[in-house]
Amino acid sequence: MRQYILRRVGYSLVSLFLLSLVIFLFVRVTGDPVSLLVEPGASPEDIENMRRQFGLDRPLWVQYWHFMASLATGDLGLSFYYRTPVLELYFQRLPNSLLLAAVAMGLSLLIGIPSGILAAVRVGGFWDSAGKIFALLGLSLPSFWVGLVLILFFSVYLGWLPSSGSGTTLHLLMPAFTLGWYFAAAHMRLTRSSMLEVLGSEYIKLARLKGLPEALVIGKHAFKNALIPVITLAGINLVVMINVAVVVETVFAWPGIGRLLYEGITFRDFPIVQGVVIIGGGMIVLVNLLVDIFYALIDPRIRLES
Amino acid sequence: MSSEPLLSLENLSAHYVSQQGSRVVRAVDEVTLSLSAGGTLGIVGESGSGKSTLALTILRLLPPAARIVSGRMMFEGENLLDKSDTEMRHVRGKRIAMILQDPMASLNPLFSIGNQVGEPVRVHEGASRANAWKRAVGLLKAVRIASPETRVTQFPHEMSGGMRQRIVGAIGISCEPRLLIADEPTTSLDLTIQAQYLNLLRDLQREHGLALIFITHNLGIVAKMCDQLAVMYAGRVVEQGPVSQIFSAPVHPYTKALLGSIPRMTDNRDHLTAIEGQPPDLASLPPGCAFAPRCAMAFARCRVEAPPEFAVDEGRTARCWLAAPDAEAKATMMRSSVA
Repeated sequence: MRQYILRRVGYSLVSLFLLSLVIFLFVRVTGDPVSLLVEPGASPEDIENMRRQFGLDRPLWVQYWHFMASLATGDLGLSFYYRTPVLELYFQRLPNSLLLAAVAMGLSLLIGIPSGILAAVRVGGFWDSAGKIFALLGLSLPSFWVGLVLILFFSVYLGWLPSSGSGTTLHLLMPAFTLGWYFAAAHMRLTRSSMLEVLGSEYIKLARLKGLPEALVIGKHAFKNALIPVITLAGINLVVMINVAVVVETVFAWPGIGRLLYEGITFRDFPIVQGVVIIGGGMIVLVNLLVDIFYALIDPRIRLES
Repeated sequence: MSSEPLLSLENLSAHYVSQQGSRVVRAVDEVTLSLSAGGTLGIVGESGSGKSTLALTILRLLPPAARIVSGRMMFEGENLLDKSDTEMRHVRGKRIAMILQDPMASLNPLFSIGNQVGEPVRVHEGASRANAWKRAVGLLKAVRIASPETRVTQFPHEMSGGMRQRIVGAIGISCEPRLLIADEPTTSLDLTIQAQYLNLLRDLQREHGLALIFITHNLGIVAKMCDQLAVMYAGRVVEQGPVSQIFSAPVHPYTKALLGSIPRMTDNRDHLTAIEGQPPDLASLPPGCAFAPRCAMAFARCRVEAPPEFAVDEGRTARCWLAAPDAEAKATMMRSSVA
């Protein structure tokens, strides 16, 4: 078990290193941030001064070394635009993103798992078809469109829900649903297919041969086995939700990390983009690591391999 | 033989019907069989002859595409076909148990052995968790698993194939059923483990007064284990009766061919004897006897009319025109008329 964990941690560190390199180079391809920050008509010296101030005049590898060295001490640098530490900005926004992701995840599991099980148990029936349509829509409708339609319907026509901003439970409903629908569809489809696979197995046949009631066959023998891939996906998705809600947060003006990243990209605010991506990537890598370890805990076969 | 059989199947048919209803596969066709309490019935036949479907039919656990179209299944004086789903559930695992082919796949990987072995006792007898656990230890002991106290806490992947199959056997006998159906339980086991397992089953049968249905394609196992034999071909029982009689004087040409295909040490022949041709497609059976296209003894009538079950002897039947009264005279007559 210990060796297993150590090996996973090693893989994770390598992934993070590669991510830092890629994002560092990619933001610099987008253009010169200084041109967006200086006032119109600024003198070449002013521009040069600002560039020096941000450290952009030094060779790339020196900049990268600097970035990595401060990253190692937990420092993500100062935002070009806000002139405050990136980490501080990040933590200001984090609670909002966490709240949104948690509610969206709750919705997606609450909808996805039962409907996936129902579709698998009644395969080919009405609920299966209804679920298929729901999943197809969830996966194919772009979230900016879903968001706009919801705003149009619930805010403009009915006037029940606030169209944007944050602060109350009502503000949370539409963004959480918009974000959660896509993931509910993914969770439903995975639950269904994994449940179908399990239901065709010999141990389910034996469970029926034992004379167990159908509720126990499905609820005990099939459910736990079918849930393994869903747990993995949900774990990873939770982190993905925190970090990719860019579109939803922008549409609903939800002050989360997605919006911060959006602003960072718009202003070529390199430290913000790098910081948000590195933290997001780090979270995803960490969650994968935790899921692997959790797997080993619930599935005795993996424990043995280590 | 006692008066009332434990299980008797009368003209039992189970068909698979395709979604459009255009294709009907007669997986089990007009099967009549009986088994007395404590007896052992062997069912042999090639793969696809309907043996396993017959077993699942008895337990009414056929896949959704299949249904039982006619017949009766009398078990301890009750027709199993009249039972509701809930009543049937109380038969499964409690009065009739079944052991599946693949011991590696038939245990749930996520639950401990104790949990899975004790489960039928909890469900059928309402035993508490602790009592079910105690029973599981006793059952593992009964199937001769060493240090059962530690084994119950372990998981399926920690056991060998032979051990898992014994655990599946323990699950089978957990509620002391009257009838145990074993569907090729030794196919995936090593030969030495096979022999051990068969001895175990025989001992369990003796100790618990179990009736046993043994589904296999291995005639050696039938000779060792069974007192009655039913030979299946294309969903039908083509010959049945006491094992010793069928082995010494088979009537149906298919049975003869099956017995002839067992390699013997005393043979001087270079190659193995095989039955020519392929088993028929169960969805489009030939009009007459299903075996006729592969039968060396077939004559004109075999190809147009399927033979009914003829009584060959006391407790012995065969579905073959050769077994009809005066059959041999007729056969020679037919053959000479064809020539």
